Amino acid sequence: MISSSVSRKITMAISGLFLVIFLAQHFTINITSVFSEKTFNELSHFMGTNPLVQFVLQPILIFGVVYHFLMGFYLEIINRSSRNIKYSFYKGSSNSSWMSRNMIISGLVILSFLGLHFYDFWFPEIDYKYLKILPENPERYYEELVHKFNNPIRVVLYVISFVFLALHLLHGFDSAFQSIGVNNKYSIAIKKGTTIFSLIIPLGFVFIALFHYLNHG
Amino acid sequence: MKLTLKIWRQANSKVKGKLFEYSISDVSPDMSFLEMMDVLNEELIQKGDDPIAFDHDCREGICGMCSMFINGQAHGPDRLVTTCQLHMRKFKDGDTITIEPFRANAFPVIKDLVVDRSSFERIQQAGGFISINTSGNTQDANSIPIEKNDADDAFDAATCIGCGACVASCKNASAMLFVSAKVSQYALLPQGKVEATNRVLNMVKQMDEEGFGNCTNTGACEVECPKGISLENIARMNREYLGASIKSK
Repeated sequence: MISSSVSRKITMAISGLFLVIFLAQHFTINITSVFSEKTFNELSHFMGTNPLVQFVLQPILIFGVVYHFLMGFYLEIINRSSRNIKYSFYKGSSNSSWMSRNMIISGLVILSFLGLHFYDFWFPEIDYKYLKILPENPERYYEELVHKFNNPIRVVLYVISFVFLALHLLHGFDSAFQSIGVNNKYSIAIKKGTTIFSLIIPLGFVFIALFHYLNHG
Repeated sequence: MKLTLKIWRQANSKVKGKLFEYSISDVSPDMSFLEMMDVLNEELIQKGDDPIAFDHDCREGICGMCSMFINGQAHGPDRLVTTCQLHMRKFKDGDTITIEPFRANAFPVIKDLVVDRSSFERIQQAGGFISINTSGNTQDANSIPIEKNDADDAFDAATCIGCGACVASCKNASAMLFVSAKVSQYALLPQGKVEATNRVLNMVKQMDEEGFGNCTNTGACEVECPKGISLENIARMNREYLGASIKSK
């Protein structure tokens, strides 16, 4: 089915919507670190040790992420090669947003960020749990989080990445509904809702990073 | 008005083209863009030069033949018009205007500003029709009850003139607005339902085979379409395609 342009578009949208749900869940847990160390540790411990999360949802998430960026690259290559001779004068800004025309740029920044984020949190977590097999300490998560945001360079990189995440979502989230065929009387409300989400969630992540840097850095 | 024109010249599809600069004076603001091109061509012919080839036919925004990419936009800077409906009053004295052909691998240049849009014809042939008995027993379409909103939406989709501005404007050279308009105009009407499954599958297949890019919902096509064909049609085509993929044998 994913051999056609329409089906590729639909699967791209579904994987994107799945990642948006993951983002909302990730944000919900992270924002608790601002209010309550105990709640953050409890939620992180649950997510880090629950077999359903670890061995079912996490592989699905990894598949979703990998599919989304691999298909994104593939589509970008096809799209670029569909016009071999470029215009000498192309006024894209007259009919479309910068975000919609540059999803590959915002996507590449997010992908680079994922590399850094995995280096910071995911790889050490895998090392802790599955390679060194250290005894589980339900209190460790908050300290690990705060420790990472001591470094101002890391905080700046995170903030820049979240700005690009917002740019990616501003087009991608709303666009996903169009791709799966939702364009009707609810579309204006969907556009408003996705725009609010696309600004609130990345700004919330920026707030969390700055909060921990300013309070513990 | 006095204008400087940078115009794409290309002898045929086999050779490379490039932009040539021309000066033109005494351009009336009331001229259409094509009339301005006619005046330039008269001057070129009088000098013994090869006139600039460009597509045109009805010159009243119906046929979809004119196809220039003017100052970075399909059909120029105005909205909801074809190039033949664009007037020189949209430009200022002393302006430099860049004129290129609609660019897409699926629209190869034939000469200068003329491109081959027969890929659209092949997409239509793949499913953009209904099979009816024309032996004299054809049912009068007016006797088939159709919900008013559906009739209006089908008519809106059917106003697509197949000019290719959607492809030209899209950064991916995608033809989805055109194909979705053709799919929609039949999908919305009872006469089109019988062949709906094969129609959307075949037309999308042909579209992909022609080498058009993928739609990324930038919306440029909708903005530049001289007939205001809506993105709703692409959403409808996606739904039709999804349903047809599940239903098809």
